Amino acid sequence: MRSRVAFAAGTLAAFMLVAAPAFAQKQGGTLKISHRDNPPSASIHEEATISVVQPFMAVFNNLVVFDPSEKINSPDKIVPDLAESWSYSPDQTKLTFKLRSGVKWHDGKPFSAKDVKCTWDALIGKADEKSDLIRKNPRKVWYSNLKDVTVASDTEVTFVLGRPQPSFLSMLAAGYSPVYACHANGRDMRSKPIGTGPFKVVDFKRNESIKLVRNPDYWKKGRPYLDAIDWKIVPNRSTRMLGFVAGEFDMTFDSDVTFPMLSDVKAQKADAVCEARPTNVNANILINRDAAPFDKPELRRALVLSIDQKTFNDILFQGHALMGAAMLPPPAGVWGMPKEMLESLPGFGTDIEKNRAEGRKIMEKLGYSKDKPLKIKVATRNIAIYRDPAVILIDQLKSIYIDAELDPIDTTVWYNKIQRKDYSVGMNLTGLGVDDPDTNFYENFHSASDRNYTAYKNPEVDALIEKQSAELDRDKRKKIVWEIEKKLAEDGARPVINHNVANTCWTPQMKGLVLQQNSIYNGWRFEDVWLDR
Amino acid sequence: MGSYLVRRFLLMALTLFGMSILIFVMLRLVPGDIADILVDAAGIADPKEKAKIAKELGLDRPIIEQYGKWIGGLTRGDLGFAYVSERPAIEEIAPRIPISAKLTLMALFFSVILGVPFGVISAVRQNTTLDYSLRVISLSGLSLPSFWLGLLVLMASVHWFGTIPIYTNEPRGFLQEVGLLAIPAAVVGFRSSALIMRLTRSSMLEVMRQDYIRTARSKGASNTSVNYDHALRNALLPVVTIIGIEAAFLVGGLIVTETVFNIPGVARFLVEAIRWRDYPIVQNLVMLIAFVVVTVNFLVDMAYMFLDPRIKYAD
Repeated sequence: MRSRVAFAAGTLAAFMLVAAPAFAQKQGGTLKISHRDNPPSASIHEEATISVVQPFMAVFNNLVVFDPSEKINSPDKIVPDLAESWSYSPDQTKLTFKLRSGVKWHDGKPFSAKDVKCTWDALIGKADEKSDLIRKNPRKVWYSNLKDVTVASDTEVTFVLGRPQPSFLSMLAAGYSPVYACHANGRDMRSKPIGTGPFKVVDFKRNESIKLVRNPDYWKKGRPYLDAIDWKIVPNRSTRMLGFVAGEFDMTFDSDVTFPMLSDVKAQKADAVCEARPTNVNANILINRDAAPFDKPELRRALVLSIDQKTFNDILFQGHALMGAAMLPPPAGVWGMPKEMLESLPGFGTDIEKNRAEGRKIMEKLGYSKDKPLKIKVATRNIAIYRDPAVILIDQLKSIYIDAELDPIDTTVWYNKIQRKDYSVGMNLTGLGVDDPDTNFYENFHSASDRNYTAYKNPEVDALIEKQSAELDRDKRKKIVWEIEKKLAEDGARPVINHNVANTCWTPQMKGLVLQQNSIYNGWRFEDVWLDR
Repeated sequence: MGSYLVRRFLLMALTLFGMSILIFVMLRLVPGDIADILVDAAGIADPKEKAKIAKELGLDRPIIEQYGKWIGGLTRGDLGFAYVSERPAIEEIAPRIPISAKLTLMALFFSVILGVPFGVISAVRQNTTLDYSLRVISLSGLSLPSFWLGLLVLMASVHWFGTIPIYTNEPRGFLQEVGLLAIPAAVVGFRSSALIMRLTRSSMLEVMRQDYIRTARSKGASNTSVNYDHALRNALLPVVTIIGIEAAFLVGGLIVTETVFNIPGVARFLVEAIRWRDYPIVQNLVMLIAFVVVTVNFLVDMAYMFLDPRIKYAD
């Protein structure tokens, strides 16, 4: 009898122990977060900024999503969302999803496979002429291999690919790939979107606030924990930080806390939980290779040799940024090349003086010297995070007889100017929605991409991009990816200065948030976040 | 007086018409339009998508037609559609006007309530410690940018009281609203109060040296009567002029104050609208500001008549 009681007590204790985390979460409360600027719209598919994804991802669902409990987004860590399961055809060109039934849009209408078709038809330009669901698409290149979307029933949809593409599922798992409602119109999706997600949009007041409330009909039972999320648009960073310190906000905007600011925040709010993580945004140099003087490959090489990445890192990130080539380096990055390989690339060696001496020799051969420097302008967006590295670059260029001048460009016409090739050297920031070679290489380096700002064209690299994209063996694919990174570095195609690392802080009462380490654009569903008050 | 008023109103209408042309043309001279910006914000520069948006918003129509459409709409009370929010411009502008209006009035109230009495005291107690102190304080008011002062106030508030007086939630009543707006109003009004104080002081000093003041004193009038009944009323004319100018100038000061204190008013909204080239919002807001300035100028001119009976506006 005693042993039975002991067994029962032990079982109960074990159950309590296992169940404790499930019981620990508290329902209710409003999460208050500061937002850094006015989002251009609420339509995630039309925009390319964290300002849109972070507040609005919680309104939607994807077909699949990167496991929100994992810090690293990886193809092995993709979990079902609106899709219950998925399978590939034997030739890997048909990806079929079995969808959840009983899911409803925020307006009460049922979700079905037609909505999935509508969304991706709009993204690949196959939508009905009258449809205005999406008026601009910055990620066209993600879906260049998607040929068709077919619907077998309300709960089954198939993506037909031109060739096998293992990255396709990763792209669907990104925060940038929500499913839109077929019956919605573009204007509504930009101002007060409906989704199937854990939170509904109550109000999106420009320049003021975004209010989300709990979706009581959310298909994932018991979620979300929060009653509401209240975003306040506070354009002044000092006010945002002071607001967080004073307890006005539970969380800072993502990556809003720079390293110099971090010590201030911690000094004033000792219990703040702050996490530094790579943003998968890299600072890189745009070189206009189609016009003199940088049409000469030797000159481009000399420029790359002048760069001292450590100095950039020390000044801008107090040494916390990551050194890497085109892909985010490990351990946060899934695809980046190992350190020893990286150090063999031009511009990555540790002996900066040796590199610069080589750079000066090249410049001297081209007829430049200390007394006869090459005069250029370094164009950049007139925003501090762009200007700061540009100023450091100007200083470093002096080491190879380049006398550069800062050319700050109004942010509204920056891409226009770059597209027109109206620059010689530019300082740029590139953020990646997914830590994946396809999204990075196709977007930024493939000759057919309209976001390949430098119009870098290398048929060999194009072929390698295609090759890695279709490669199903992960290890073989990594080797091709590293080969591409090496060629890009040797060609001086958008030389990477560093991969940014920034801090996000929140109050200790806020629980359940897992920051994704290799892309700031994922993991903002907020359905597992709760407030311990 | 009647025909003066008619002439004055006609002139006001003409000024506003001139302003409408100026703002319309100037906005279009600035590089980039909303189509450029919307496409650029997404990191792309696809001319087809840009042209589609421009057509949707009517930006492909001739300039004259666009101007006519705007002015025609204005006369009917239709302010058009905001480009960014895609909502009627009136719905975007209207809720913000009372917030900025209250802030401006409170700032003006602070400026006058501090500036005029301290100016008088400073003049009456010329070359005393009090005068020197007030002059130093007023000098700091003129020198401190309101942006910086606002941040200092916020930092001090967080440091000493653990709270931050920013506008994060809509106030629930009159008193809460006054409480929320009082600090930013004081910050933005500090500069104006300093200006008004210095002007009141110098104007008072000038008037107090006039013969009629000496006459009043020799007739045995009390100091209070001389200073306030005889001197101040006459010294107020230039002060009223500067208050009128400052009322318009305060709108400019509001831009930074609204940003620092996170107040969802008109000024911050205007800056954002300019950034996005949201023509309907910018055009209508600038016209509104022009209307306020023209009206305040008119009211200042009318106030002269009440302050100085010698001033008459002849027909």
